[in-house]
Amino acid sequence: MTINTLFFGIVMDITGQRKTTLTFEKEMTIGDFQVYLLKKYPGLTDIKNFAFAVNESYVKEDYKIQENDVVAIIPPVSGG
Amino acid sequence: MNNKISVLLTYEKLNQQKCYDFVQDDSCGGIVTFTGTVRNHTSGKEVKQLEFSAYNPMAVKELTKIAEKAIKRFDILKIAIHHVVGLLQIGDIPVVIAVSSSHRKAAFEACEYAIDTLKETVPIWKKEFFEDGEVWVNAHP
Repeated sequence: MTINTLFFGIVMDITGQRKTTLTFEKEMTIGDFQVYLLKKYPGLTDIKNFAFAVNESYVKEDYKIQENDVVAIIPPVSGG
Repeated sequence: MNNKISVLLTYEKLNQQKCYDFVQDDSCGGIVTFTGTVRNHTSGKEVKQLEFSAYNPMAVKELTKIAEKAIKRFDILKIAIHHVVGLLQIGDIPVVIAVSSSHRKAAFEACEYAIDTLKETVPIWKKEFFEDGEVWVNAHP
């Protein structure tokens, strides 16, 4: 399964990239993906909390990621 | 619904009059506007400039959701929510919200709802630049 991943704000600084494509052999929920990301980018543990969006809408941890979904990691927002 | 909502995410300077003009209506009894401005300090430290970045397509969707909810929840006529992305200097305007209603209370409430919700849900990030470095706002515990 291919997951297109987008990084923003401080997460972009920590990962050193705006986006990446990750491939997995098994199905994954957002919760699984979060565990994977924290292992791959240990710096993410320093962030207060972050949310996930799939195809430009917020999703919860139990969302099952689909082939070619665009998953965005949303660090704490600070607009306005 | 669409003729009651104006949502904009732009790299250009914001125009407060445009927001006002959009919500103005002969049936409204009042217009409430909120203008965000870049402050020259945070936690006692002098801020030099700010940069806003966004997940642009999602930010526009979330701004639209806020505007639609405001129309449903409050007895208002029209709402405009405009936000800037890019580098801003002290005193510049990152956000303008304008709301019109027949009676003022609903417009005040809807305007506050819109800016409060924007700060919680819209994927826009602010980086503050100081003399000695830069910080993503809200990112750390």
